[in-house]
Amino acid sequence: MLLIKNGRVIDPFNNIDDYLDILIDKGRIVEIRQGREEGKEESRVTQIIDVRGKLVVPGLIDMHVHLREPGHEYKETIKTGCRAAASGGFSSIACMPNTNPVNDNQSVTKYILDKAKSEGCVNVFPIGAITKGLEGEFLTEMSELKNAGVVAVSDDGKSVRNSELMRRGMEYAKNFDLLVICHCEDSDLTVGGVMNEGFTSTRLGLKGIPNAAEETVVARDIILAELTGCRVHIAHVSTEGSVRIVREAKSRGVKVTAETAPHYFSLSEEALESFDTNLKVNPPLRSVKDVEAVKEGLKDGTLDVIATDHAPHSSLEKDVEFDYASSGLIGLETALPLALQLVKEKVLSLSGLISKFTANPAKILDISKGSLIPGNDADITIIDLSLNKKVDINQFKTRSRNAPFNGWELEGEALYTIVKGKVIKDINGLVV
Amino acid sequence: MPLQNKDLLTIEQLGIDEINLILDTADSMKEISTRDIKKVPTLRGKTIINLFYEPSTRTRTSFEIAGKRLSADVVNISTSASSTVKGETLKDTGKNLQAMNPDLVVIRHSVAGAPKILADSLPASIINAGDGAHEHPTQALLDAFTIREKKGEIEGLKIAIIGDITNSRVARSNIHALNKLGAEVVIYGSFTMIPPFIERMGVKVASGMDEAIKDVDVIMMLRIQMERQSRFLFPSLREYSTVFGLNLDRLKKAKEDVLIMHPGPINRGVEISPEVADGPYALILEQVTNGVAVRMALLYLLIGR
Amino acid sequence: MEKRRIIVQNQEDIEKSLRRIAYEILEKNKRGKDLVSIGIMKRGVTLARRLSSKIKEIGGIEVPMGALDINLYRDDLSEIASQPILRKTEVPFAVKDKKVILVDDVLYTGRTVRAALDAIIDLGRPQFIQLAVLLDRGHRELPIRADYVGKNVPTSEGELVEVKLVEDDGIDEVIIQEEK
Repeated sequence: MLLIKNGRVIDPFNNIDDYLDILIDKGRIVEIRQGREEGKEESRVTQIIDVRGKLVVPGLIDMHVHLREPGHEYKETIKTGCRAAASGGFSSIACMPNTNPVNDNQSVTKYILDKAKSEGCVNVFPIGAITKGLEGEFLTEMSELKNAGVVAVSDDGKSVRNSELMRRGMEYAKNFDLLVICHCEDSDLTVGGVMNEGFTSTRLGLKGIPNAAEETVVARDIILAELTGCRVHIAHVSTEGSVRIVREAKSRGVKVTAETAPHYFSLSEEALESFDTNLKVNPPLRSVKDVEAVKEGLKDGTLDVIATDHAPHSSLEKDVEFDYASSGLIGLETALPLALQLVKEKVLSLSGLISKFTANPAKILDISKGSLIPGNDADITIIDLSLNKKVDINQFKTRSRNAPFNGWELEGEALYTIVKGKVIKDINGLVV
Repeated sequence: MPLQNKDLLTIEQLGIDEINLILDTADSMKEISTRDIKKVPTLRGKTIINLFYEPSTRTRTSFEIAGKRLSADVVNISTSASSTVKGETLKDTGKNLQAMNPDLVVIRHSVAGAPKILADSLPASIINAGDGAHEHPTQALLDAFTIREKKGEIEGLKIAIIGDITNSRVARSNIHALNKLGAEVVIYGSFTMIPPFIERMGVKVASGMDEAIKDVDVIMMLRIQMERQSRFLFPSLREYSTVFGLNLDRLKKAKEDVLIMHPGPINRGVEISPEVADGPYALILEQVTNGVAVRMALLYLLIGR
Repeated sequence: MEKRRIIVQNQEDIEKSLRRIAYEILEKNKRGKDLVSIGIMKRGVTLARRLSSKIKEIGGIEVPMGALDINLYRDDLSEIASQPILRKTEVPFAVKDKKVILVDDVLYTGRTVRAALDAIIDLGRPQFIQLAVLLDRGHRELPIRADYVGKNVPTSEGELVEVKLVEDDGIDEVIIQEEK
């Protein structure tokens, strides 16, 4: 039995914010209780972790991760991606289907789950594709995908361009109660664009991607969701207009949820003056006004989830001229400290922040994670709020190094990551 | 060295004193091109590599002649014939060239920021001969030199830049240079070709051709791009030249002694009519002459020691 | 310890030297046909101008004048501390077949004159080049000699020779100063 003692337990799902102990046995939570006197613990308790002064929360969930396996193992494997996740405090991740081959059939789903089981150290939830090969032409066999274990479908990386197909995709997914995650981008409006269209792109002479490229498709996908009654989740919201559209739709009861990534509330377009390709991401880093709107969206609940869109790329893709560089940055190992800044800035309460990583994504994906309930898997993250650290990407567990946060002084980090009762990360680092 | 940086990547990075030093030095250099023996030994033994990822006759030739008139050894690399076709990255190409010890590399590239990649990784001096739509500093310098030669001083002048501003590195560099030198810049073009927030760069946006050119001392016309991607930016050359082109008729609305400039190559009959291009106040060919002098000045200031 | 400063030539001395050089030039170049003067910037130019006017005064001959910036021909560009600022070479006549009087204020190592010779020959092939200097301070490093000298002043290498002219510095005087 494992006992986690003296920590401040915050579990937004169960509305808990109290100093409690957690007893774990055979990979499950046995009991959550008031602290006992020293020495009065059960004799079967073989391991005690004293986390006085630390935060104890349900294992964090990142519902937007690119694991790159199968096909691009040189950027990241299921194994290394899971290690990065655990290092960042995540006990569950959902991985996008834009692998090679694409996860558009049960064999690939099975492959991912098998690999995760044998080599991954955290829970892996595959997301299947909406269209075959992500080509936007034919629907995937979603029933088969669901049976194989996908928790949602998405063509992330691109939008389904044909609106009729997107509509039918949503209706078809509805048959199996599958969530449709929408990457919203009008590829005609973005053609050739490499950063946000704004003053910085005007000054630098780089081709810009207007907010409209995201917002027109956010609107489309929400309207289609309304039409079809399908549950829809908007991925990586980055603009003021997108937040506004989601907010309005929610106020009318549309079944839409939304996420944003840490880089959309930590960086803005001005940073691209340096032409650093590690800042090239899709959707791009936006204007200061958009950053403020994203924070407001997190604050008022319009944006339910913080998900990293962890997108590893090697130097082959990044150490080139700006236009040729691939978009994407890694995020698993910096998400938590970056998000904790929001608490400092009083954008979110501690509990509110934690819910963006736990109760909310769990509910949206319909997985029994993200909360501390006796009988459920013991997925727990322990956070040290006052741990000051300078980000050193060379220490990262992810295989790639494409992060713009190197050298940033951040506060707060996951001390322990416990997955199904097993300590994967402790204060000395990864145990696996 | 008298210039702050080992490289010339942007006008944005240059101080007013540096710009004036370059222009003054170019003045001294211009004389050399009028001699019988157009050569001085100043850069003897220095190696200059022209690394052009985009095709160019005029700029590359200008740099080549500039280097040779200063007795440097000039090598031209144009990528259709080079290892880039074999997939070598810019950084690797740079390192390979550096292994042959050049003193200076002139690079033209279609991607903004590419010269910075070389400047950061090579000890050689790097001159940006045009990077995407970002900057073309030597063009702006030779334009400023040309204006200064004709008008004596740039401060207080009013200058119009007309055309596809969004895609123009010449426009951006000129806006920086002219602002630093104290001129007033007004721009005009189709809404499809004006980038957002351009006023923040210190320019006024005119609402019509006539408004743009009246009362200005210099009109700079930009070339219209004819590539496929531009097909959404204007419907036809005919309409473009009617609405946004400069011809003798339209010129009547401008000052009598207005100067006409164009970075070249010109699309005759499109943005500029043949009569205007060949007319008495067009400085297009002088810009080319001055281009050699300005580039000689830069080569001297960067590696003349 | 104060640096020693000696005034070796005052205004009167400089005037006398230039006058004498003008006479010598006229004597050596009987008819003065095709005679031109080229001054090395910047005080050589001032002196060339003065010489030209004296030659006109004494001999009635017009001597066209040019100004030469030798910085592009220096042999020590990679050694000197700061990059020299260029001035504009202005030689408004063809050098071919002319009798060039090259004028400078101080003749020292001879390297400046060497650079000037290369510069002039790049402009064309003169009939000859004769050198006129206000002061020869010795310590030649190249086999160069002046045809016309205002004054020979032996100096040591640690000394600094300063030539001041009214047009450039407000006063006519030549000073030798200990460098240390």
